[in-house]
Amino acid sequence: MSSSPARYSRSLDWVTIGIYALMVGLGWLNVYAASYSPDAPLGFAGQSFQELMANNWFKQIIWIGTAVVLMVILVVVDYKAYDTFAYVFYAVVVLLLLVTLFIARPIAGSRSWLELGPVRLQPAEFAKFATALAVSRFMAGINLRHQNWRDQAVLAGMTLLPPLLIIASNETGQALVFGAFLLAYFREGMSPLILIVLAAAGVILILALLIPKLWLIGGITLILGGVFLVNSRVMRHHLPLALSVWAVVVGMVFGVDFFFNQVLQPHQRKRIEVLINPSADPLGVGWNVTQSKIAIGSGGLMGKGFLEGTQTKFDFVPEQSTDFIFCTVGEEWGWMGSIVVIILFMALLMRLVYVAERQKSVFGRTYGYCVASIFFFHFAVNVGMTIGLAPVVGIPLPLFSYGGSSLWSFTILLFIMLAIDAYRKQDLVR
Amino acid sequence: MLCTFVDPDTRLGAFYPVSFVQYLEGRKYVVQTIFVVVALLFAARLFYIQVLDGSYKLAADRNSLQRIVQVPYRGLIFDRNGKLIVQNTPVYDLMVVPREIKQLDTVRLCELLQMPVEEFRLALTAAKTYSRVKASPLIQNLSTPELAAIQDNLIDFPGFSIRAHMARSYKTENLAHALGYVGAITPKLLESPKYAKYIAGDNLGITGLESFYEKTLMGRRGVQYRMVNVRGIEKGAFRDGEYDTLSVAGLDLHTSIDSELQQYGEMLMAQKRGSIVALDPKTGEILAFVSAPNFEPARLSGKGMGNRYMDLLNNPERPLFNRPLMATYPPGSVFKLVNELVALQMGVVTPYTSFPCNQRLVKCTHRHEPPTNVGIAIKQSCNPYFYQVMRTAIMRGRSSNPKEDARLGLAEWRRQVMSFGLGQQLGVDLGSERKGSIPSPELYDKMYGRHGWNFRTIYSLSIGQGEIGITGLQMANIMAIIANRGYYYTPHFVRGIGQGGPLPEYRERHYTNIDPQHFDAIIPGMQAVVEGRGGTGNLASLAQFGISVAGKTGTVQNAHGPDHATFAAFAPAEDPQIAIAVFIENAGFGGTSAAPMASLMIEKYLRRKVERTQWETWLEGDASKFIRKR
Ligand SMILES: [Zn+2]
Repeated sequence: MSSSPARYSRSLDWVTIGIYALMVGLGWLNVYAASYSPDAPLGFAGQSFQELMANNWFKQIIWIGTAVVLMVILVVVDYKAYDTFAYVFYAVVVLLLLVTLFIARPIAGSRSWLELGPVRLQPAEFAKFATALAVSRFMAGINLRHQNWRDQAVLAGMTLLPPLLIIASNETGQALVFGAFLLAYFREGMSPLILIVLAAAGVILILALLIPKLWLIGGITLILGGVFLVNSRVMRHHLPLALSVWAVVVGMVFGVDFFFNQVLQPHQRKRIEVLINPSADPLGVGWNVTQSKIAIGSGGLMGKGFLEGTQTKFDFVPEQSTDFIFCTVGEEWGWMGSIVVIILFMALLMRLVYVAERQKSVFGRTYGYCVASIFFFHFAVNVGMTIGLAPVVGIPLPLFSYGGSSLWSFTILLFIMLAIDAYRKQDLVR
Repeated sequence: MLCTFVDPDTRLGAFYPVSFVQYLEGRKYVVQTIFVVVALLFAARLFYIQVLDGSYKLAADRNSLQRIVQVPYRGLIFDRNGKLIVQNTPVYDLMVVPREIKQLDTVRLCELLQMPVEEFRLALTAAKTYSRVKASPLIQNLSTPELAAIQDNLIDFPGFSIRAHMARSYKTENLAHALGYVGAITPKLLESPKYAKYIAGDNLGITGLESFYEKTLMGRRGVQYRMVNVRGIEKGAFRDGEYDTLSVAGLDLHTSIDSELQQYGEMLMAQKRGSIVALDPKTGEILAFVSAPNFEPARLSGKGMGNRYMDLLNNPERPLFNRPLMATYPPGSVFKLVNELVALQMGVVTPYTSFPCNQRLVKCTHRHEPPTNVGIAIKQSCNPYFYQVMRTAIMRGRSSNPKEDARLGLAEWRRQVMSFGLGQQLGVDLGSERKGSIPSPELYDKMYGRHGWNFRTIYSLSIGQGEIGITGLQMANIMAIIANRGYYYTPHFVRGIGQGGPLPEYRERHYTNIDPQHFDAIIPGMQAVVEGRGGTGNLASLAQFGISVAGKTGTVQNAHGPDHATFAAFAPAEDPQIAIAVFIENAGFGGTSAAPMASLMIEKYLRRKVERTQWETWLEGDASKFIRKR
């Protein structure tokens, strides 16, 4: 440490820490509500440690306690370590993922948990910060001004390796999170075309489920043709370009169709189908979505009140304290509570963008954007799935969902950023 | 290639008048916009499902609160001596929750249940169709050996469980027609508002007393509101049971049936078709209610009930047919008593009126002493005598046109006859009672045209034949009326409901239009039928025990085969305690079969034992033996 603790403390971004604390606190209240049972005693009253350990809310206290220790360590460690050891972290995580793949017992169909005595860890959670550090370090070392296919290939490989290992362990949801890095890369200069194409593919996927393929192609042809004709004075000079755009879009229709029907496994296909028609799988994923919407929808404007929820108390909602914790928020705190949570996430994300932008190093900035993007992806997909706007993907709501791995993972992501930020004034522009 | 970085020299980069780094910094706004758009989208969507769309609230209520109906213990049924005849015993269903089935060893389970694998698969498919997460009965009403076989091995079959509930069981082999049976409510009944309290799978009385007293027997259902999760697992009472109601057990029925008499009657009627109804004239209580052929009440309860019901339904002997209530016959000669009473009440004859046995008017049954008074006429069942009695009663000379006179007379006659409870439902506490028929002038107008008929057309009514139909119950009730000298209580089975008495309508006397003294005029004749020398009902005599029986034989002409035999009586004549009517189809002369059968019933009821066992032997076998002996 190069400065006094007091000065160091002042240079920490307390706004982010405040938002973090609020979110973890509110998250715990909701975990308590979700795992609270009306016939069990309230709080700690007269229960042994073993009895208490049966409750998620109690274990979450332990997780929060350890997270506090973790965050102190994270900001105390010399910020340069994150830069220096970025690739080491990355290598360790990749190794852990590989090991997990071979030694893990399957839990709920996935081989993604490492068991160390009573503690279960999900290495996939830690792959996020390690990969974020590694790609940031890499980005800082390449010249953005010159396209270099080799650098791009290395970056793509670095980004894809952990999610591929995670997919192999049957945790597709956690793997999809790595898609969030695209937002950070976009900020650092990636062509917007990639985001546009991905967004278009998503739209086409949904349209392909709603409309027969030939109708969809016909509709696209009509729209593109119409656009072409209206702007024919300019466009006629670009007929080959227009035709190739048309060909690409039609190709995407077939590609999406192939992806949906041949690449996706039946249970994954169902998760997308129920978005459009929850009754497609009324007892499976559709059931989860329906129950989740019922829980949130029954909260009304003001909610039923703390511990007054009925839907999230009685196992109607699956995984109610983990992936579906937002149901408890929606049911007990209503629309107002949901909005508070959304505002907190927006505040955190905006603050992260602000913090990232004030970094003098590409490493710090890229890492900041990676953190923001990962938080955003989790938020968008998790909340989206509980309200039927995103497919059911088993990823937690950052800082709210019950679970040590997830809380640690997001704490690490965030506090490495804060550590880097705290030293930004001493950082040299690379 | 996944990533393509924009070259600063491309048009896009050069488009901005700022440096590349500044251009890229502008992308933070794109990123922030994406964040905000998603947040706004979520806020709008949440506003829709939480505030605008009320359907989720409704769904939530349905989800978490379950109304659990507690089916109370069904009331018991006792006979008049306090003997339990219908009770409840637990029966066991094999339940299945398809979702919880794990590694099912179908072959072994089927072996335990002694059930074909195919049948098991069908039942399981049906259960899955009903619900994958809710329990539904796979096999209902397991037998005791089946239960024993499966119970100990249930642990090996996750997803399967045993559910106990109450079903009817019987401590009698008799009275099936009166008791009726209990079965699952049909979808059709469920739709009716009368059965709004019932849910699918509930049991209720389908016929007989079980049906008539359904509300009483059923008791009051309790309703408990429970917090449950989607899998139906209870999570405690809703608001500490504030809205719960306790179930109240059904009330017991104390019937007036004399089990021993009932059993005896069914024994006597074995292999025959017909009915016996015995009443206590002083109260209208039904002592015995025999419908032959019969069946054991237990056949319509428990496992395989549906199949057995279909067997009974398709049986050509029609054992399900409730003859005492639903079979209407012309009453035959017994009806002469009613006609005589009506004529006496009209004042057109006296007990001492003499009519010749004029065979030209109507054939008489046999040669006999001259009917110089009503007593002899009844004893000999003289057809011409009662022809003339009825003609006197009908043809009153109130119109110069004899055809109009017959119309007026018949209308008056009908009014009097109906006061005996004939041509209408008596109101017994069983459903599906037939009215019978007492012909009106309008009926004959319809058949022959107005003024197209005269007394000669309808004379057969005078001897209880023709367009007249009464039930066995009504016949017994006529005897009760005569025994009471002019009134009756509506016949009923239930003399006590719970700790109380019978229904109020059964405590009410119904008077006929006939004055009591007219009954005194015919009863000696009825005694003479049984005890007088050459009386048609001599085989019913209980004189050896000092019991005087007053009765009347009947032989009912039947277009479809041999005559039906009937005998109606009450005893003891001076203090009647039992009124009885016996109908035996195709058994010929009433005095030969119906009269001894009635007397055995009376002997059994009044003396509690039967000494005249020779008549039991006499009555054994089917009705055809009496035709040969005639
Ligand atoms: Zn005669």
